[in-house]
Amino acid sequence: MNLFGFFRARNTAPVARERLQILLAHERAIVGGSDLAAILREEILAVISKHVAIDQDKVQVKLDRGGSISTLEIDIEMPAFEGK
Amino acid sequence: MSKVLVVTSGKGGVGKTTSTASLGAALAAAGQKVVVVDFDVGLRNLDLVMGAERRVVYDLINVVNGDAKLAQALIRDKRNDNLSLLAASQTRDKDALNLEGVTKVIEQLREKFDWVLCDSPAGIEKGALLAMYHADLAVVVTNPEVSSVRDSDRIIGMLDSKTAKAERGEKMEKVLLLTRYDQARAARGEMLKVEDVLEILSIPLLGIVPESQEVLRASNLGAPVVMSSPNCAPSRAYADAVRRLQGETVPMNIPVDRTGLFAKFLNWRVS
Repeated sequence: MNLFGFFRARNTAPVARERLQILLAHERAIVGGSDLAAILREEILAVISKHVAIDQDKVQVKLDRGGSISTLEIDIEMPAFEGK
Repeated sequence: MSKVLVVTSGKGGVGKTTSTASLGAALAAAGQKVVVVDFDVGLRNLDLVMGAERRVVYDLINVVNGDAKLAQALIRDKRNDNLSLLAASQTRDKDALNLEGVTKVIEQLREKFDWVLCDSPAGIEKGALLAMYHADLAVVVTNPEVSSVRDSDRIIGMLDSKTAKAERGEKMEKVLLLTRYDQARAARGEMLKVEDVLEILSIPLLGIVPESQEVLRASNLGAPVVMSSPNCAPSRAYADAVRRLQGETVPMNIPVDRTGLFAKFLNWRVS
């Protein structure tokens, strides 16, 4: 092992620091945003169920927060219309 | 005005119980009336670290359930009259605790003591949430290591959302106690530095407790390290932390043990 390799193997703290900064930025967004996703889910469901009977378990609300753009993905499985 | 303080971390094994015992003992040594309360129901250890394991008759659950009066369950430390312990139950599980009961006990403790130190269990479940719920101040114990820092970040989030203070819309005061710190390894780039952890968690620093063999020695003996070895580096760190808790401005330094040949000889002779 040359001298450079020796130092590289030892200096692991900067790697730890960078991994933590990236991870925690991500985790804080998820934990902070989970309530918003839950609120949206409730309110959207309330509006739709006024008009259509839907199964609560067949609804998925996903909130993705990106750097410049965030997406809200709503997936609702509608029941088959009967008799029409 | 009494103060309720929670010692918490998320991760286990970082030094919550050791720190609760030593902060409590150091506050008591400063003349404050202190009670240390173990919230780790089912896995109690504060009694053992304090050397009171054979004196536990009634515990926190007994008081919560009304099976014992608070005065019967409080164990007064034999070395310092100002210090008392309220043990957790070893035979019950964490569901034996409830918010109503804990609220009553904390109210009673506030009347009797200047400081109520709640030793939180690891994790983010009921026991940890109840330990932090009534706190006026949180001491977040963290090791300079990735998993500990990550879990501390999570606990800081919970302190800001799941406590009585947070529910009232008040700001929860949080301070960082960095434990098992090895300055030489941090300087060599092998360990996260104090500044790294502070930048990531962004809460003020209460103290830096260096890694030391004295801590294990103290727990073997059943004494808080500030009592068993008051002049060693971790004890001085805890004593400084306690002065800061009481509002003093103490310059932040990392205490070191003398490691000269003569000091080693002395240590060898007295131990």
